[in-house]
Amino acid sequence: MIRFLLSRTVQGIFVVLGVLCITFLLLRLAPGGPFQSERAVEPHIRARQEAHYGYDKPWFIQLARHIAGFATFNFPPSPKLKGMGVEEVIAQGFPISTAIAIPALLIALLIGVPLGTIAALRPNQLEDRGAMLLATLFICTPSMVLGPLLGMLFGLRLRWFNASGWYSADDWVLPAMTLGIIYSAYIARLTRGGLRETLAQDFIRTARAKGASLASVVFRHALKLACLPVLNYLGPTTAGLLTGSIVVETVFQIPGLGQHFVGAAVNRNYELAMACAAFYALLIVGFNLLVDLIQAILNPRIGFRS
Amino acid sequence: MSAGAPSSPWVSAWRRLVRHRATVAAILFVVFLVALCVCGPWFSSYGQNDQDLNLKATSPSPAHWFGTDPLGRDLATRILYGGRISLLVGILATAVASVIGVIYGMIAGLAGKRTDSALMRFVDVLYAFPFITFVIILVVVFGREFWLIFVAIGAVEWLTMARVVRGQVLALKNLEFVTAARAYGAGFWHILFRHMLPNVLGIVIIYASLTVPGVMLLEAMLSFLGLGIQPPDASWGVLIREGADNLAVYPWMLIGPGLFFSATLLALNIIGDALRDALDPKSIQD
Amino acid sequence: MIAWITRAIVLACLIGGLWLFDQSRAHRPRRIDIAREQGILLIANGTEPATLDPHLATGVPEHHIFDALFEGLVATTPEDPDANGPGAATHWETQDFVTWTFHLRKEGKWSDGTPLTAHDFVYSYHRILSPKLAAEYASMLFPMLNAEEFNKGQVTDFDKVGVVAIDDHTLRITLKGPAPYLPSMLKHYSWHPVPRHVIERFGRMDEPDTKWTRVGNLVGNGSFKLKEWRYTHSITVERNPHYWDAATVKLNEIVFIPIVSDATEERAFRDGQLHVTNTVPLPMVPVYRDRHPELFHEYPLLSTYFYRVNVTRKPFQDKRVRQALALAIDKETLIRNILRAGQKPATGFTPPGSGAGYEAPDLLRFDPEKARRLLAEAGYPAGKGFPRFDILINTMESHTVIAQAIQEMWKKNLGIPAGVLNQDWNVYLDNQRKLDYDVCRAGWVGDYLDPYTFLSIWQTGDGNNDTGWGNARYDELMQASLREKDTAKRMRILTEAETLLLDELPMLPIYWYVRNYLSRPEVRGLRSSLLEHRCYKAVYFADPATVSTP
Repeated sequence: MIRFLLSRTVQGIFVVLGVLCITFLLLRLAPGGPFQSERAVEPHIRARQEAHYGYDKPWFIQLARHIAGFATFNFPPSPKLKGMGVEEVIAQGFPISTAIAIPALLIALLIGVPLGTIAALRPNQLEDRGAMLLATLFICTPSMVLGPLLGMLFGLRLRWFNASGWYSADDWVLPAMTLGIIYSAYIARLTRGGLRETLAQDFIRTARAKGASLASVVFRHALKLACLPVLNYLGPTTAGLLTGSIVVETVFQIPGLGQHFVGAAVNRNYELAMACAAFYALLIVGFNLLVDLIQAILNPRIGFRS
Repeated sequence: MSAGAPSSPWVSAWRRLVRHRATVAAILFVVFLVALCVCGPWFSSYGQNDQDLNLKATSPSPAHWFGTDPLGRDLATRILYGGRISLLVGILATAVASVIGVIYGMIAGLAGKRTDSALMRFVDVLYAFPFITFVIILVVVFGREFWLIFVAIGAVEWLTMARVVRGQVLALKNLEFVTAARAYGAGFWHILFRHMLPNVLGIVIIYASLTVPGVMLLEAMLSFLGLGIQPPDASWGVLIREGADNLAVYPWMLIGPGLFFSATLLALNIIGDALRDALDPKSIQD
Repeated sequence: MIAWITRAIVLACLIGGLWLFDQSRAHRPRRIDIAREQGILLIANGTEPATLDPHLATGVPEHHIFDALFEGLVATTPEDPDANGPGAATHWETQDFVTWTFHLRKEGKWSDGTPLTAHDFVYSYHRILSPKLAAEYASMLFPMLNAEEFNKGQVTDFDKVGVVAIDDHTLRITLKGPAPYLPSMLKHYSWHPVPRHVIERFGRMDEPDTKWTRVGNLVGNGSFKLKEWRYTHSITVERNPHYWDAATVKLNEIVFIPIVSDATEERAFRDGQLHVTNTVPLPMVPVYRDRHPELFHEYPLLSTYFYRVNVTRKPFQDKRVRQALALAIDKETLIRNILRAGQKPATGFTPPGSGAGYEAPDLLRFDPEKARRLLAEAGYPAGKGFPRFDILINTMESHTVIAQAIQEMWKKNLGIPAGVLNQDWNVYLDNQRKLDYDVCRAGWVGDYLDPYTFLSIWQTGDGNNDTGWGNARYDELMQASLREKDTAKRMRILTEAETLLLDELPMLPIYWYVRNYLSRPEVRGLRSSLLEHRCYKAVYFADPATVSTP
């Protein structure tokens, strides 16, 4: 167990380091820099600006300084972000992204699992066909289509929520619903598939033959095992929810981490882009680790792979 | 999968594939769509960017089956051109990803334990990277050149293919025909391309068909964010963006491209699922 | 049977629940109404500001915020933001437009109560001109004696620079040459005072990027003070009780909301989330102008949209070719049919209103006949033999549309083959600077109300020239205007210079910018300004009973 954790931690550090390096190098390759402006700046002023931020040094020295800065939490200042540090931006943006991701996950589970269960319990009837049709429909509706549709319907037409923005306490609802509905479709399918397979197994039939009611069988035995594929799916999904909410943040104008990252990359804000990318990497590594741990605990047969 | 009589596995797979009406419908739809996107624009009386500023945005009508956008451009034509680009990116990026993934996976599977271990460790580490961030940075860096977009997307999608191919190769490695080939002195590369490749084709097809919709979704997302295809060129992602911006006043701008896009994704997913069932009756996943 | 009854009951419950929810939600008050009752103005502000330090900023969104947080010696007036009214200074005088004396008001204070004195201004100019600070707009202060030399490090003693505090409330500024437009320049934020007592708590004077601009630290002398800064979400300012004219300020707070996409901004406005937008999406301009004129506002700006011509390349070295290109552009049609946002076709380079008493030469008109004649004279009759060239633009829909239209016009009227080359912003800027283009799109914004801000960039070798054009006579005229004390004579010199410029045409003016925005009818007092100045103390909410809200 300890070896497992240790090796994964080391791996994680490598990943984050790699992300920092690759992000930095790629952005350096991009034409232009943070100091481009339409109006010409006196060359002596430009030279001083570059010196202050260390841009006059060769790239590997810059990279080393940035990495050292990140490692000691002494984040490098960004010429595009005077008056605010990258750590403040992430500290402001991450809670907002989380405030959408967690309800989205909950919605996905709360809709997906019951829907899948009902579909599995009434195979080939209205519930099954209807649920699976709905699920397939939502899987094929990308968030960039569903989001604006929900925004228009519940925001502009019905006026139940704000169509965009992050001002009222309930502005998380529409973005979370957009993501939640789409992911619930996947979860419904997985639950239905897993439950049907489990229900067809011998030990279930034995229990039923011995007189156990359908409900107790479902809740006590089947669901637990059927959860495994869902869990397997949740790992990358949660990370994906946190990072993949970029579209939803754009549609609903939410100042979350996704928007900050895209803005930083487009505006050549190297320091912020590196910080966001490294943060994402940290989250993903952490989540994968968590999911593997939970899986190993729930299903001892899998065990800890190094 | 046995490598015995050459034609019957494919024939029986095909029979399994077309057993369901839904699959047949999906295949027909995709074929029809590709034909429409490739040839359709030739029959349209409008160009992709023909503006008619007096017309402005109009709802669907006999002259414009899907309406027009605020610059007076015919949406039906733009959807078809957009389909060309979206499908092209989807296929090409998948091709790039497949080529890289297949070669990488085959080498890893067939090579010795140390090489395999090193190669797959690299893949594991890459798997932990936040893909979206890389695609975004790649697209920003390379200035939104069209051909670089699918290189960027393909470069992040090859990992699953590599893993799957490696798994298949590992399973095949110890079968008789490989041992036989080794016995009469066949080299590493010869075994790779002459014996392994034909036998992993099945799994490659399955995963490629599942990757295409994912890639199209990724491209649409990039274009939606303003990073992929740039206006006035259109891909479905760009059209969806324009539709989303104008949804409250011109709803047909989103509904047309949205329907096409969703229908294509649906059809591709159905085909992918069916291929998986047909080519490998024991479900690999789920 | 039971199954169907169950399904029916579930369905009924769902519908009932939804109806109840709808009743409770559909009649919520709109955000703008809640804000109005609290005296809070919600205004969209384009992109997120890069900084709140007036010495380090360069953009328009920052400018709008500085108009609330700081005030210069000269300020806007509630009636006309472009007028030169009393700000930190109550009055000023000059004999020769070279030496100016400003009398500061005795009750001037910073927003933390500390008194504002002339020494603060000396400190501020010292700071922005400090070489280590690397302030981009330090060049705005170069008209001051020895300012440029100090900034370049050629002069190290700041006492030699032309600003001195005679006493706590009297400031004397000495310029290099006569500049009647100094009061207009002083309204720009690069001349605003910054609080020494706060800056020095967080670092040295010339250390860029210290924490003094963070919320809780920042102190200014404007009508509002900083309350909250949420990255890409909003910047909130609240009324400053220490402001000398606090009695006139009617708003309690202003919230600046950065929304980059104009379509999203328009949707937010329609949804009742904003009082004032920053711009209007192009396709919506005619819609609002015709159907909701009470919401739509439009006013001219002191900015020109033009095409640069690379005069170092054939065939553009011949000025007849350049004149032909200019005369073959039908600006009226371009604006009426394609841009349709009320821009004004540019008949010269300096926009109208550039300076009191300035007579801009009104020369360029659409004249395809003359254009063809000139082209033939230059050796390309009907465009024969004219080499293919590209119009370089940066990637943006509006630039593409304009370039394509002009490309068509040149083909139709002159018979010459032009292409459109689309590049990323950074690549485009680079190529413009390196003179690696044939014709490229550009824009220039005036900083103060005087034609010099537009004409000075065309001097030989100026950092913003970027065309390779130089003309000794033009340079002579520009330098002469800097020495001329008589206002009327000086304006005539500048008119002569612009006439020469419009004959040589290293650039092809296309249109003069117009700002469009949407505003709720209950917002009053927000006036038009050529220089994008805003006088927030004039803004107030009308009584809703008197306004018919759509």
